Amino acid sequence: MSLLGRLGEHAFKHDMIEYGAGLSMVLGGIVVVALLTYYKKWGWLWKEYLTSVDHKKIGIMYIVVSAIMLLKGFIDALMMRAQQAFATGESMGYLGAEHFQQIFTAHGVTMIFFVGMGLVFGVINLVLPLQIGARDVAFPLLNSISFWLFTAGGLYILVSLMIGVFAGTGWTAYPPLAGLKYSPGVGVDYWLWSIQISGVGSLLSGVNFLVTILKMRCPGMTMMRMPVFVWATFAMMILVIFAFPILTGTIGMLSTDRLLDTKIFTADYGGNPMMYINLIWAWGHPEVYILILPAFGIFSEVVPVFSHKKLFGYTSMVWAIAVITFLSFLVWLHHFFTMGAGANVNAFFGIMTMIIAVPTGVKVFNWLFTMYRGKVQFTNSMLWFMGFVFTFVTGGMTGVLMSIPGVDFQVHNSLFLIAHLHSVIIGGVVFGFFAGYSYWFPKYTGFKLDEKLGKYAFWFWFIGFFVAFFPLYLLGFMGATRRMNHYPDGNGWQSLFIVAAIGAY
Amino acid sequence: MKRAFKVIIISLLIIATGALTAYYISSHNIAVLEPKGMIGLKERELIITASLLMLIVVIPVLILAIVFGWKYRAGRDAKHTPDWEHNSIAECCWWSVPVVIIIILAVITWKTSHELNPFKPIHNGKKPIEIQAVALNWKWLFIYPEEQIATVNYVRFPEHTPINFEITADAPMNSFWIPQLGGQIYAMPAMRTSLHLIANEVGEFEGRSSNISGKGFAGMIFKAEATSEKDFNEWVTHVKNSGKTLTWDGYRSLVEPSEYNNVEVFGNVSEHLFDQILMQYMPEGK
Repeated sequence: MSLLGRLGEHAFKHDMIEYGAGLSMVLGGIVVVALLTYYKKWGWLWKEYLTSVDHKKIGIMYIVVSAIMLLKGFIDALMMRAQQAFATGESMGYLGAEHFQQIFTAHGVTMIFFVGMGLVFGVINLVLPLQIGARDVAFPLLNSISFWLFTAGGLYILVSLMIGVFAGTGWTAYPPLAGLKYSPGVGVDYWLWSIQISGVGSLLSGVNFLVTILKMRCPGMTMMRMPVFVWATFAMMILVIFAFPILTGTIGMLSTDRLLDTKIFTADYGGNPMMYINLIWAWGHPEVYILILPAFGIFSEVVPVFSHKKLFGYTSMVWAIAVITFLSFLVWLHHFFTMGAGANVNAFFGIMTMIIAVPTGVKVFNWLFTMYRGKVQFTNSMLWFMGFVFTFVTGGMTGVLMSIPGVDFQVHNSLFLIAHLHSVIIGGVVFGFFAGYSYWFPKYTGFKLDEKLGKYAFWFWFIGFFVAFFPLYLLGFMGATRRMNHYPDGNGWQSLFIVAAIGAY
Repeated sequence: MKRAFKVIIISLLIIATGALTAYYISSHNIAVLEPKGMIGLKERELIITASLLMLIVVIPVLILAIVFGWKYRAGRDAKHTPDWEHNSIAECCWWSVPVVIIIILAVITWKTSHELNPFKPIHNGKKPIEIQAVALNWKWLFIYPEEQIATVNYVRFPEHTPINFEITADAPMNSFWIPQLGGQIYAMPAMRTSLHLIANEVGEFEGRSSNISGKGFAGMIFKAEATSEKDFNEWVTHVKNSGKTLTWDGYRSLVEPSEYNNVEVFGNVSEHLFDQILMQYMPEGK
């Protein structure tokens, strides 16, 4: 065993595409460093931002890091689309299978943990303390630590571009594939550390904001007088506090499997991979509500403002959030109806899942009736809301469809599922963030965003989204699964993959 | 004038997209929507029923979004009631209508979950055929325990005969899926799952793994062919005479990873191979 362990020359050997990615990243870094030095901004950056415990500055840093990670995750997506547009029949495309698998894994991890979570925590940091009239969060230093843990986790993914490889197991890294036997390399270890570290950061944030909301509201703000965004954040933090320890524990056990060969999740020696799948989704499903609830909160702020009206049905809204929070812990099994649980178990989890559609639908109706008899100004924030209604309602409908086990057997792991999850995450979380971003932007910078550019951005996202993902619904019905680096020709899949690629660009 | 032009262009684009989609669907094989087996047919029916039920809520929502957005846009002299924020009847309405729909869907879900349970055998009076499927790195091994033959990346069965698939893996998790026949179930090491399918007509169907299993995952595809009973029996005899034998040692070398494996057939298989594959993972002495 050498001093550097498994780190040797081979860890730096990659193909041209990866060199390109690594190189551009290093160059980008050098440019930033050079600019900072030239304008003598190091002191300013260090004092005003990097060491700051001010919630507003931490919020801005969250959004900057998320934007960088969004760019990376987006390039991953474009590379996947390009590969699938060409790789059929004789052609194997321009990416090797292992490289392709690393890309989709990195895409999933980046987008969920470092874009979704980052944007959500960013907006919460910016807005929440001001909304409840607090000077800062309850534990400012802890807040800063959470942010840096989050950033450190993200760095693991970026570093893996240059040193070693990333996991090629899909973003949930099911064993036995993610175990030592089938993934002996360093890829899964990068995945483990990246998520473990950022997960601890999220958990600490969860405690921090929950205490802030409970203890630091200004006098007179009772629970039922809180803005809906605060309610949504409150519910989200409850989910974080219950769900993230499961993630930490699960990944911890997978880590000991890999480092100490403990065989908790192996197929042999009495291990049980199915346990891992249960645990990862017991965290994983609340996680999607962790992302979407704040977006719901943002819409509840934006819609009344630009409709020049009070929010319709405040009490309903709060109850809807509470019901979603409760139910989100009772649905995890719908991610694996196909693992062979009995019909009773499958049916129970299917029904629990579709019940969530009720409170979610109520929220949509309440927003629409906030617009009713209002004076609706179609600013950018409002456009994002309208876009959200269309994408999220289609996504929700396909979601309920998949919650029926009998249907899920036919669409599980197919591109239909991919189209569904992107409908709700792009249509819900990303559009929600953009709505909040353009709404609150002037509060932190002192100037408004350009409405015209914003409109272009919206229409590109909105139309691009439909062109990129609607073909995937169809492909799913045609039997195309996710994560294929290559597929047989002659079945007409290629034309749809090309359309999807155009949409993505 | 300019505005009318815009509207025309946009509507033309929408019509063109619709026409292209319709053309595409009519000229291609949409496996899940054109099933060739009883299970697949029932699953399609379920997809359609559930979608229609949900459209009862979804269509009004989309219409309301457009109408409210249009009618109450700023600058238009529509009624404005800034303080109207609560109406119990209206709210009861959109709590209760979705609840009713979900109750109907829940009943359907409960029934179909039992009816379409992959573990539930199909009875149609005929003796079912037993096929054991093993997911390997990165190919499918099919064992016919009664006929004592085996195949790789190819499976054949008679039409109108219930098929009892018993499934395991000697590899990471995979999912066994023949879209045109319906349903899928995970193939997991040390676990035995089953899937019951039936083909209503003669035909060749695509089968694949739908769960990522490593480098050669994209090549884990196989042909599933339903033939007449006579053709099937002839094929079995033909395979039996092919001479190759699959023993435990032969199996050990078959397990070695390979990608885009060609179809192979074995005329003779050592008895209880499937159980042996499963038992490798069991602690000794149990």
